Amino acid sequence: MRAALTVDQLGFSYGKGGFALRGVAFAVEPGRFTALLGANGAGKSTLMGLLTRLFTPDMGSIHIGGHDLRRRPGAALAAMGVVFQQPTLDLDLTVHQNLTYAAGLRGLSARQTAPRITELLDRFALSDRADDKVRLLNGGHRRRVELARALLHRPPLLILDEPTVGLDAASRRDLVDHVHRLCTDDRVAVFWATHLFDEVQDGDDVVLLHRGRVRATGRVRDLLSRNGTGTLGEAFETLVRAEGTP
Amino acid sequence: MMAYLRALKAVIWREMLRFLHQRERFISALVRPLVWLFIFAAGFRAALGISVQPPYDTYITYETYVLPGLAAMVLLFNGMQSSLSMVYDREMGSMRLLLTAPLPREFLLMAKLLAGAVVGLAQVAAFLAIAALTGLTVPAMGYLTVIPALLLAGLMLGAVGMLLSSTIRQLENFAGVMNFVIFPAFFLSSALYPLWKLREGSEWLYLLARFNPFTNAVELIRFALYGQMDWAAAGWVAGATVAFLTLSFWAYNPARGLMPRKAGGGEG
Repeated sequence: MRAALTVDQLGFSYGKGGFALRGVAFAVEPGRFTALLGANGAGKSTLMGLLTRLFTPDMGSIHIGGHDLRRRPGAALAAMGVVFQQPTLDLDLTVHQNLTYAAGLRGLSARQTAPRITELLDRFALSDRADDKVRLLNGGHRRRVELARALLHRPPLLILDEPTVGLDAASRRDLVDHVHRLCTDDRVAVFWATHLFDEVQDGDDVVLLHRGRVRATGRVRDLLSRNGTGTLGEAFETLVRAEGTP
Repeated sequence: MMAYLRALKAVIWREMLRFLHQRERFISALVRPLVWLFIFAAGFRAALGISVQPPYDTYITYETYVLPGLAAMVLLFNGMQSSLSMVYDREMGSMRLLLTAPLPREFLLMAKLLAGAVVGLAQVAAFLAIAALTGLTVPAMGYLTVIPALLLAGLMLGAVGMLLSSTIRQLENFAGVMNFVIFPAFFLSSALYPLWKLREGSEWLYLLARFNPFTNAVELIRFALYGQMDWAAAGWVAGATVAFLTLSFWAYNPARGLMPRKAGGGEG
């Protein structure tokens, strides 16, 4: 089965010596929830910037749905939906207008888009808010609009960059559950960056990033048994300490 | 091809919607040139004698002279404000959303610029309409022939703004833009006084103004308002547009541009 996202030997530096990412390699499989775990400063945002075309890598490659992001950016970007860490909705536009704009931007026709928007609004329980300005929505609802927007074009890969920042506990749990269901119900491949270990479930995959390098990948369950630890946080501590780089 | 058109339509539609929602922005975009027209121009009418010069075929009032310059001023402010909205957009992340659309980056940035130029066109149309209501008119055909001139000038000024937006980080820097871009561009141009007037003061200032792209935008608009074509000015504006576009595409290119370096301070 072809991976939804393949990252190979990725390297990037912001100049001024040092590196932000080095030799980063992993794959995200269809229908799997893969968490990118790392503390602040580990290089998560840099990696997200590389995946969303904000920067281009100095070394290595990114393939999305089998398309090289550098050589065939159109096809690669078409296979991906993104929820950014910063809010990216127009506050003075309605929910529906925000979604229509995003669909147009992706080149979707109004005819294709209308039923899809209705379906997504329904799915995320936003139907009655469709004509409200985004400014009137709370944080959790706004995130759901962004999630719906990322799914408009039915991408096989969904990327989320610390999507629960600023959400209360209930909205956070709600979002985590929603996205896990996307994996099981729609076989969407999810790549979810976070520094919060409790957002990851035992059946998920993880990519542990520390100081710009991947320290471990694989099923959470396997990682726990390999390190003889009860929680992901402990496993992380063990791995980091073992490398002598606290 | 359809995808390109749909994306272009979406970007222009969003920009217009945003513009309509920002009523204060629209009002200040209108009040600014109107203040100049009805207060500044009235005060200076006596001080500045205007001789007969193309495209005018007779003596004109000072208000008539400054009308094209003020139309260009509307575009200038709009271009700089769009640039600010890009800085703001990027902080808000919606520039990032734009750049993840599966279309070439250059096309997306062009669409954004064109949308800004269309908003500028709407502002100028409102300004010219109010001027016309007070009796300050141009030949009827002029209102049509000026449209392409306004769009081209709007694109050029938008490209300058985009170039600035890739180098400015903070919103507070609008004061800097006012001092170092808007004021010099406006005062060192033929917007408020004919260049020969400026030449009487200083040959150097005259030369600077002569080659100022904004002067050429003003003259392009001035001639177009009278159904005439100033080829030299059109060439200057078109050339400057291409130059500023190339630079701003370069600035927004992730491989070589300015963004990686600037993002270096970011978290994670």
